[in-house]
Amino acid sequence: MSDETIRHTGDRPAGTILIRRHSVVTRVTHWLNVLCLAILLLSGLQIFNAHPELYWGQYGADGDPAVLTIGSADGKDGPRGFVRAAGIEIPTTGFLGVSTFEGEPTARAFPAWLTIPSYQDLATGRRWHFFFAWFFVINGAVYLGFGILSGHFRRDLAPGRGQLSASCLWHEIVTHARLRFPHGEEARHYNVLQKLTYLVVIAGLLPMMVLTGLTMSPGIDAAVPALVDLFGGRQSARTVHFITASLLVTFVLVHVAMVVLSGAANNMRSMITGRYAIRESGPKA
Amino acid sequence: MTKISLSRRRFMIGGTLGAAAAALAGYEALKQDDGTTVLRSAEQLTMRTQRLLQGRGALAREFSESDISPSFRVNGSTMPESDEYAALLDGKFADWRLKIDGLVSQPREFSLADLKALPARTQITRHDCVEGWSAIGRWTGVPLGSLLRSVGLKPAARFAVFHCADELEKTLDGSGRYYESIDLIDAFHPQTILAYAMNGKDLAVGHGAPLRLRVERQLGYKQAKYLMRIEIIDSFSGLWGGNGGYWEDRGYEWYAGI
Repeated sequence: MSDETIRHTGDRPAGTILIRRHSVVTRVTHWLNVLCLAILLLSGLQIFNAHPELYWGQYGADGDPAVLTIGSADGKDGPRGFVRAAGIEIPTTGFLGVSTFEGEPTARAFPAWLTIPSYQDLATGRRWHFFFAWFFVINGAVYLGFGILSGHFRRDLAPGRGQLSASCLWHEIVTHARLRFPHGEEARHYNVLQKLTYLVVIAGLLPMMVLTGLTMSPGIDAAVPALVDLFGGRQSARTVHFITASLLVTFVLVHVAMVVLSGAANNMRSMITGRYAIRESGPKA
Repeated sequence: MTKISLSRRRFMIGGTLGAAAAALAGYEALKQDDGTTVLRSAEQLTMRTQRLLQGRGALAREFSESDISPSFRVNGSTMPESDEYAALLDGKFADWRLKIDGLVSQPREFSLADLKALPARTQITRHDCVEGWSAIGRWTGVPLGSLLRSVGLKPAARFAVFHCADELEKTLDGSGRYYESIDLIDAFHPQTILAYAMNGKDLAVGHGAPLRLRVERQLGYKQAKYLMRIEIIDSFSGLWGGNGGYWEDRGYEWYAGI
């Protein structure tokens, strides 16, 4: 997000300028990430469907206590779907546990319209997942290398002095909750909530997905035994993988909502061409 | 400035068209063979990377007695259906023999008593099913490497193929017979054993009596049960689907380390 002003525009209201917001590397890796994460999520749900239970610890199979189950059972009017977690069972027929596939109520954890491929096929789901996992890791490495070498992280994402004070954070939270987005000079830079969220995703959630994914691999466990200890077991890692994916989905939903609410066209342009329009304030306007 | 942004725009358009063309080419390749060629390229990358990180000898985690799971799920076949296997089971496997042949200097047959008389290895390891569940059990058996040394491998030897007594899909041509293969790096790995005991008892029928393979750095579908014959070969292109195993012929990766 270098805030170099590109040019004044004739066809915009007076005082509107375009700044160069996102570098080409940020933009390309962002969109490749969208592709990778979408396919990883949907093929991941296909893989989950092969054994729709989560456990904690070193082992877990049918009969062992599960922390989450997406299941199906026979009901009075045909099969019914349910989700069971922490001893609480909620009916989810039609979506989770039992959904319609090719016109028939079918027992499957996530419905066909949410999985890659749509029909139940663990082998193909794994092919898609691991192919795009490599793609995602390489894309992420390019972004991280660029972010460090170009100063993108230090300049645009590291919170500034004073930004982390309680009063400043509270002020940002209140302004965000009221959907008041920064204008003018303030819009040249990310606000502290954006910075912290992006840092949590880039340095926390995305690496967590990779590490918990690797911990499920018996080959990697032999090569790097510390991973199993880090997550307290292979089945814990599988559960954390699922939870982290859910947090990423939550992030994407909020992220897209914020993009739309704070100016969909301007934000999309800045993520495609790199240019972001702001209204200059102060004496120059 | 305008010139720069024009050339950048041109770069962006060119880049987008290029990416679109590459995507289309990829899509065409995908359509031609169900997407397997492109998607399968990741398998080689995964295997090479894991082998680089593991080396030949890195061991799978071994657990303590207290980590053994209370129940070990039986998966795949629970009981081979052939008359031959039924007869062997009736005789408590006294007539069962493990054949080792193919690219070996001295093909041999081992009885269960022969195997039990050889130096054994016991290990408590985690079994990870490709579906996602795990179970921990204690296995005792003969290291495969020591058997292969005793029969002597010919220079062309590359893979060990495990032919099993069970048939997962009833087929007339026998292509539903369970078989698996590993390469010689895994075959000579110290934890690769032919197990005849589990959790201190003779192997139960559900778990592959009288003998099953344990390749601890790979997923459950590699751990072939009901072993009848080990064939040493240089290529598995002539075996059934040509992909090196029952599940591999049905789309699963040959390298099952992930």
